[in-house]
Amino acid sequence: MIAHAFFFYFFSFIAVVSAIMVTVSRNTVHSVFFLILDFISISSLFIMIGAEFLGMIMLIVYVGAVAVLFLFVVMMLNVAKQENTWFKSSTNSAHIPIGLLVGIIIFFEVIIVIGGWKYKPDLSSKIILSDISNTHSIGNVLYTDYIHLFQLSGMVLLVAMIGAIVLTFRKRDGLKRQSYFKQLSREREDGVSLVNVKSNEGIKIDD
Amino acid sequence: MIDIGIGHYLVLGAIIFLIGIVGIFLNRKNIIVILMSIELILLAVNINLVSFSIFMNDISGQIFTLFILTVAAAEAAIGLAIIVVYYRNSGTIRVEEIEKLKG
Repeated sequence: MIAHAFFFYFFSFIAVVSAIMVTVSRNTVHSVFFLILDFISISSLFIMIGAEFLGMIMLIVYVGAVAVLFLFVVMMLNVAKQENTWFKSSTNSAHIPIGLLVGIIIFFEVIIVIGGWKYKPDLSSKIILSDISNTHSIGNVLYTDYIHLFQLSGMVLLVAMIGAIVLTFRKRDGLKRQSYFKQLSREREDGVSLVNVKSNEGIKIDD
Repeated sequence: MIDIGIGHYLVLGAIIFLIGIVGIFLNRKNIIVILMSIELILLAVNINLVSFSIFMNDISGQIFTLFILTVAAAEAAIGLAIIVVYYRNSGTIRVEEIEKLKG
Protein backbone atom coordinates (compact mmCIF):
# COMPACT_ATOMS: atom_id res chain seq x y z
CA MET A 1 0.00 0.00 0.00
CA ILE A 2 2.90 2.34 0.75
CA ALA A 3 4.48 1.40 -2.56
CA HIS A 4 1.25 2.18 -4.38
CA ALA A 5 1.03 5.56 -2.70
CA PHE A 6 4.64 6.28 -3.53
CA PHE A 7 4.19 5.39 -7.22
CA PHE A 8 0.95 7.36 -7.42
CA TYR A 9 2.55 10.50 -6.04
CA PHE A 10 5.64 10.05 -8.21
CA PHE A 11 3.74 9.68 -11.48
CA SER A 12 1.15 12.30 -10.69
CA PHE A 13 3.83 14.80 -9.70
CA ILE A 14 5.60 14.27 -13.01
CA ALA A 15 2.28 14.47 -14.87
CA VAL A 16 1.27 17.75 -13.23
CA VAL A 17 4.67 19.37 -13.64
CA SER A 18 4.93 18.38 -17.28
CA ALA A 19 1.37 19.58 -17.91
CA ILE A 20 2.39 22.96 -16.51
CA MET A 21 5.49 22.93 -18.67
CA VAL A 22 3.39 22.21 -21.77
CA THR A 23 1.51 25.43 -21.30
CA VAL A 24 4.24 27.76 -20.06
CA SER A 25 7.21 26.66 -22.11
CA ARG A 26 8.22 29.21 -24.70
CA ASN A 27 9.44 26.81 -27.29
CA THR A 28 6.82 24.72 -29.04
CA VAL A 29 9.13 21.75 -29.48
CA HIS A 30 9.69 21.66 -25.72
CA SER A 31 5.93 21.74 -25.25
CA VAL A 32 5.57 18.66 -27.43
CA PHE A 33 8.31 16.89 -25.46
CA PHE A 34 6.55 17.60 -22.18
CA LEU A 35 3.23 16.50 -23.69
CA ILE A 36 4.84 13.14 -24.49
CA LEU A 37 6.14 12.92 -20.92
CA ASP A 38 2.68 13.72 -19.59
CA PHE A 39 1.03 11.00 -21.67
CA ILE A 40 3.61 8.45 -20.60
CA SER A 41 3.15 9.31 -16.91
CA ILE A 42 -0.62 9.02 -17.13
CA SER A 43 -0.46 5.75 -19.00
CA SER A 44 1.92 4.43 -16.31
CA LEU A 45 -0.74 5.40 -13.77
CA PHE A 46 -3.36 3.52 -15.79
CA ILE A 47 -1.16 0.43 -15.93
CA MET A 48 -0.53 0.70 -12.20
CA ILE A 49 -4.22 1.01 -11.29
CA GLY A 50 -5.13 -2.06 -13.33
CA ALA A 51 -6.29 -0.72 -16.70
CA GLU A 52 -3.40 -2.23 -18.61
CA PHE A 53 -5.04 -2.28 -22.02
CA LEU A 54 -5.90 1.40 -21.95
CA GLY A 55 -2.45 2.33 -20.73
CA MET A 56 -0.81 0.52 -23.61
CA ILE A 57 -3.32 1.87 -26.16
CA MET A 58 -2.70 5.33 -24.81
CA LEU A 59 1.03 4.91 -25.33
CA ILE A 60 0.46 3.74 -28.90
CA VAL A 61 -2.16 6.29 -29.89
CA TYR A 62 -0.97 9.39 -28.08
CA VAL A 63 2.79 9.03 -27.97
CA GLY A 64 3.10 7.07 -31.18
CA ALA A 65 0.65 8.97 -33.34
CA VAL A 66 -0.69 12.21 -31.93
CA ALA A 67 2.51 13.58 -30.38
CA VAL A 68 4.54 12.68 -33.44
CA LEU A 69 1.91 14.42 -35.56
CA PHE A 70 2.28 17.52 -33.41
CA LEU A 71 6.04 17.33 -33.70
CA PHE A 72 5.84 17.01 -37.49
CA VAL A 73 3.54 20.00 -37.78
CA VAL A 74 5.70 22.10 -35.45
CA MET A 75 8.78 21.33 -37.48
CA MET A 76 7.01 21.77 -40.81
CA LEU A 77 5.60 25.16 -39.93
CA ASN A 78 8.93 26.48 -38.66
CA VAL A 79 7.29 27.68 -35.46
CA ALA A 80 10.16 26.59 -33.27
CA LYS A 81 12.51 28.77 -35.26
CA GLN A 82 10.22 31.75 -34.86
CA GLU A 83 10.12 31.29 -31.13
CA ASN A 84 13.83 30.76 -30.94
CA THR A 85 14.60 34.19 -32.26
CA TRP A 86 13.21 35.86 -29.20
CA PHE A 87 14.23 33.02 -26.97
CA LYS A 88 17.83 34.05 -27.72
CA SER A 89 19.18 30.72 -28.78
CA SER A 90 19.49 30.48 -32.50
CA THR A 91 21.26 27.14 -32.65
CA ASN A 92 19.33 23.91 -32.99
CA SER A 93 21.29 22.31 -30.18
CA ALA A 94 19.08 24.09 -27.64
CA HIS A 95 16.60 21.23 -28.03
CA ILE A 96 19.12 18.60 -27.05
CA PRO A 97 19.36 19.13 -23.24
CA ILE A 98 15.61 19.29 -22.72
CA GLY A 99 15.07 16.28 -24.94
CA LEU A 100 17.70 14.38 -22.97
CA LEU A 101 16.03 15.35 -19.70
CA VAL A 102 12.65 14.09 -20.90
CA GLY A 103 14.22 10.92 -22.22
CA ILE A 104 15.98 10.17 -18.94
CA ILE A 105 12.81 10.73 -16.91
CA ILE A 106 10.84 8.46 -19.25
CA PHE A 107 13.53 5.80 -18.86
CA PHE A 108 13.34 5.87 -15.07
CA GLU A 109 9.56 5.78 -15.26
CA VAL A 110 9.68 2.63 -17.33
CA ILE A 111 12.08 1.09 -14.80
CA ILE A 112 9.80 2.01 -11.93
CA VAL A 113 6.65 0.78 -13.64
CA ILE A 114 8.25 -2.63 -13.97
CA GLY A 115 9.06 -2.52 -10.26
CA GLY A 116 5.59 -1.31 -9.38
CA TRP A 117 4.02 -4.23 -11.21
CA LYS A 118 5.25 -6.46 -8.41
CA TYR A 119 3.10 -4.67 -5.86
CA LYS A 120 -0.05 -4.78 -7.99
CA PRO A 121 -2.10 -7.41 -6.06
CA ASP A 122 -2.07 -5.45 -2.82
CA LEU A 123 -2.67 -2.04 -4.36
CA SER A 124 -5.61 -0.98 -2.34
CA SER A 125 -8.38 -2.67 -0.50
CA LYS A 126 -11.01 -0.98 -2.63
CA ILE A 127 -9.87 -2.30 -6.00
CA ILE A 128 -11.67 -5.52 -6.83
CA LEU A 129 -9.50 -7.89 -8.81
CA SER A 130 -11.32 -10.31 -11.05
CA ASP A 131 -9.85 -13.51 -12.39
CA ILE A 132 -10.04 -12.54 -16.08
CA SER A 133 -7.62 -9.97 -17.42
CA ASN A 134 -8.43 -6.37 -18.23
CA THR A 135 -8.02 -6.84 -21.97
CA HIS A 136 -10.26 -9.90 -21.89
CA SER A 137 -13.07 -8.08 -20.11
CA ILE A 138 -12.82 -5.07 -22.45
CA GLY A 139 -13.04 -7.40 -25.43
CA ASN A 140 -16.04 -9.16 -23.94
CA VAL A 141 -17.96 -5.90 -23.77
CA LEU A 142 -16.57 -3.91 -26.68
CA TYR A 143 -17.44 -6.38 -29.42
CA THR A 144 -20.89 -7.28 -28.11
CA ASP A 145 -22.68 -4.43 -26.36
CA TYR A 146 -20.76 -1.57 -27.96
CA ILE A 147 -20.27 -2.98 -31.45
CA HIS A 148 -22.20 -0.17 -33.16
CA LEU A 149 -20.25 2.50 -31.31
CA PHE A 150 -17.06 0.67 -32.21
CA GLN A 151 -17.87 0.68 -35.90
CA LEU A 152 -19.03 4.28 -35.66
CA SER A 153 -15.67 5.29 -34.20
CA GLY A 154 -14.04 3.56 -37.15
CA MET A 155 -16.14 5.76 -39.41
CA VAL A 156 -15.05 8.82 -37.44
CA LEU A 157 -11.43 7.91 -38.02
CA LEU A 158 -12.08 7.35 -41.73
CA VAL A 159 -13.77 10.74 -42.07
CA ALA A 160 -10.92 12.39 -40.18
CA MET A 161 -8.37 10.77 -42.46
CA ILE A 162 -10.19 11.83 -45.62
CA GLY A 163 -10.68 15.32 -44.20
CA ALA A 164 -7.02 15.76 -43.34
CA ILE A 165 -5.95 14.58 -46.78
CA VAL A 166 -8.47 16.80 -48.58
CA LEU A 167 -7.54 19.83 -46.48
CA THR A 168 -3.82 19.61 -47.01
CA PHE A 169 -3.92 18.45 -50.62
CA ARG A 170 -2.34 20.90 -52.98
CA LYS A 171 -2.29 20.75 -56.76
CA ARG A 172 1.10 21.68 -58.09
CA ASP A 173 1.88 22.69 -61.67
CA GLY A 174 4.55 20.95 -63.60
CA LEU A 175 4.05 17.55 -62.05
CA LYS A 176 3.17 14.62 -64.28
CA ARG A 177 0.32 12.64 -62.78
CA GLN A 178 -1.19 9.36 -63.76
CA SER A 179 -4.68 9.71 -65.20
CA TYR A 180 -6.59 6.47 -65.51
CA PHE A 181 -9.22 8.06 -67.71
CA LYS A 182 -6.66 9.22 -70.22
CA GLN A 183 -4.92 5.85 -70.15
CA LEU A 184 -8.06 3.82 -70.66
CA SER A 185 -9.61 6.08 -73.27
CA ARG A 186 -6.55 5.94 -75.49
CA GLU A 187 -7.35 4.35 -78.84
CA ARG A 188 -5.16 2.65 -81.37
CA GLU A 189 -5.41 5.59 -83.75
CA ASP A 190 -3.91 7.97 -81.17
CA GLY A 191 -0.66 6.14 -80.93
CA VAL A 192 -0.11 4.18 -84.13
CA SER A 193 -0.28 5.36 -87.71
CA LEU A 194 0.38 3.31 -90.78
CA VAL A 195 2.37 4.91 -93.56
CA ASN A 196 3.27 3.72 -96.95
CA VAL A 197 7.00 4.08 -97.26
CA LYS A 198 8.22 4.69 -100.73
CA SER A 199 11.37 2.88 -101.62
CA ASN A 200 14.66 4.82 -101.57
CA GLU A 201 13.01 7.84 -99.88
CA GLY A 202 12.24 6.89 -96.28
CA ILE A 203 10.12 8.97 -93.93
CA LYS A 204 10.75 11.69 -91.43
CA ILE A 205 9.88 10.32 -87.99
CA ASP A 206 9.46 13.59 -86.12
CA ASP A 207 6.69 14.97 -88.23
CA MET B 1 -2.44 10.31 2.54
CA ILE B 2 -1.05 6.80 2.22
CA ASP B 3 -4.30 5.08 1.33
CA ILE B 4 -4.82 6.01 -2.29
CA GLY B 5 -8.51 6.08 -3.13
CA ILE B 6 -10.62 7.37 -5.94
CA GLY B 7 -10.38 10.90 -4.58
CA HIS B 8 -6.69 11.13 -5.32
CA TYR B 9 -7.21 10.19 -8.95
CA LEU B 10 -10.09 12.62 -9.29
CA VAL B 11 -7.95 15.41 -7.83
CA LEU B 12 -5.20 14.57 -10.30
CA GLY B 13 -7.70 14.71 -13.15
CA ALA B 14 -9.03 18.00 -11.87
CA ILE B 15 -5.55 19.52 -11.66
CA ILE B 16 -4.65 18.49 -15.20
CA PHE B 17 -8.02 19.70 -16.48
CA LEU B 18 -7.39 23.04 -14.80
CA ILE B 19 -3.94 23.31 -16.32
CA GLY B 20 -5.42 22.65 -19.76
CA ILE B 21 -8.06 25.34 -19.29
CA VAL B 22 -5.54 27.86 -18.00
CA GLY B 23 -3.22 27.00 -20.87
CA ILE B 24 -5.93 27.84 -23.37
CA PHE B 25 -6.64 31.16 -21.69
CA LEU B 26 -3.13 32.32 -20.97
CA ASN B 27 -1.63 31.33 -24.28
CA ARG B 28 -1.14 34.25 -26.63
CA LYS B 29 1.62 32.96 -28.84
CA ASN B 30 0.93 29.80 -30.63
CA ILE B 31 -2.22 28.00 -31.67
CA ILE B 32 -0.51 24.60 -31.58
CA VAL B 33 -0.10 24.96 -27.81
CA ILE B 34 -3.84 25.56 -27.59
CA LEU B 35 -4.43 22.26 -29.39
CA MET B 36 -2.08 20.58 -26.91
CA SER B 37 -4.07 22.08 -24.03
CA ILE B 38 -7.19 20.51 -25.52
CA GLU B 39 -5.37 17.19 -25.52
CA LEU B 40 -4.57 17.73 -21.83
CA ILE B 41 -8.24 18.33 -21.09
CA LEU B 42 -9.24 15.12 -22.85
CA LEU B 43 -6.53 13.32 -20.89
CA ALA B 44 -8.01 14.57 -17.62
CA VAL B 45 -11.42 13.31 -18.68
CA ASN B 46 -9.84 9.94 -19.42
CA ILE B 47 -8.29 9.84 -15.94
CA ASN B 48 -11.69 10.44 -14.36
CA LEU B 49 -13.39 7.78 -16.45
CA VAL B 50 -10.72 5.16 -15.84
CA SER B 51 -10.54 5.74 -12.11
CA PHE B 52 -14.31 5.49 -11.74
CA SER B 53 -14.31 2.39 -13.90
CA ILE B 54 -11.65 0.72 -11.76
CA PHE B 55 -12.98 1.70 -8.36
CA MET B 56 -16.62 0.91 -9.16
CA ASN B 57 -15.69 -2.28 -10.99
CA ASP B 58 -17.54 -1.39 -14.16
CA ILE B 59 -15.77 -1.85 -17.47
CA SER B 60 -17.93 0.66 -19.39
CA GLY B 61 -15.76 3.58 -18.32
CA GLN B 62 -12.76 2.10 -20.06
CA ILE B 63 -14.82 1.50 -23.21
CA PHE B 64 -15.80 5.16 -23.21
CA THR B 65 -12.18 6.11 -22.72
CA LEU B 66 -11.35 4.17 -25.86
CA PHE B 67 -13.94 6.16 -27.81
CA ILE B 68 -12.63 9.44 -26.37
CA LEU B 69 -9.16 8.38 -27.49
CA THR B 70 -10.45 7.80 -31.02
CA VAL B 71 -12.20 11.14 -31.18
CA ALA B 72 -9.16 12.92 -29.74
CA ALA B 73 -6.92 11.43 -32.40
CA ALA B 74 -9.33 12.45 -35.15
CA GLU B 75 -9.62 15.93 -33.68
CA ALA B 76 -5.86 16.37 -33.52
CA ALA B 77 -5.47 15.27 -37.13
CA ILE B 78 -8.16 17.62 -38.43
CA GLY B 79 -7.01 20.54 -36.26
CA LEU B 80 -3.42 20.22 -37.35
CA ALA B 81 -4.50 19.97 -40.99
CA ILE B 82 -6.48 23.19 -40.60
CA ILE B 83 -3.45 24.86 -39.01
CA VAL B 84 -1.20 23.74 -41.86
CA VAL B 85 -3.64 25.12 -44.44
CA TYR B 86 -3.97 28.39 -42.54
CA TYR B 87 -0.21 28.77 -42.27
CA ARG B 88 0.13 28.11 -45.98
CA ASN B 89 -2.40 30.82 -46.79
CA SER B 90 -1.48 33.54 -44.32
CA GLY B 91 2.08 32.77 -43.21
CA THR B 92 1.45 33.02 -39.48
CA ILE B 93 -0.20 31.05 -36.71
CA ARG B 94 0.29 33.55 -33.91
CA VAL B 95 -2.96 33.84 -31.99
CA GLU B 96 -3.04 37.63 -32.05
CA GLU B 97 -2.60 37.80 -35.80
CA ILE B 98 -5.30 35.31 -36.65
CA GLU B 99 -8.16 37.68 -37.33
CA LYS B 100 -9.52 36.66 -40.68
CA LEU B 101 -12.73 35.38 -39.12
CA LYS B 102 -13.47 38.72 -37.47
CA GLY B 103 -15.28 39.96 -40.53
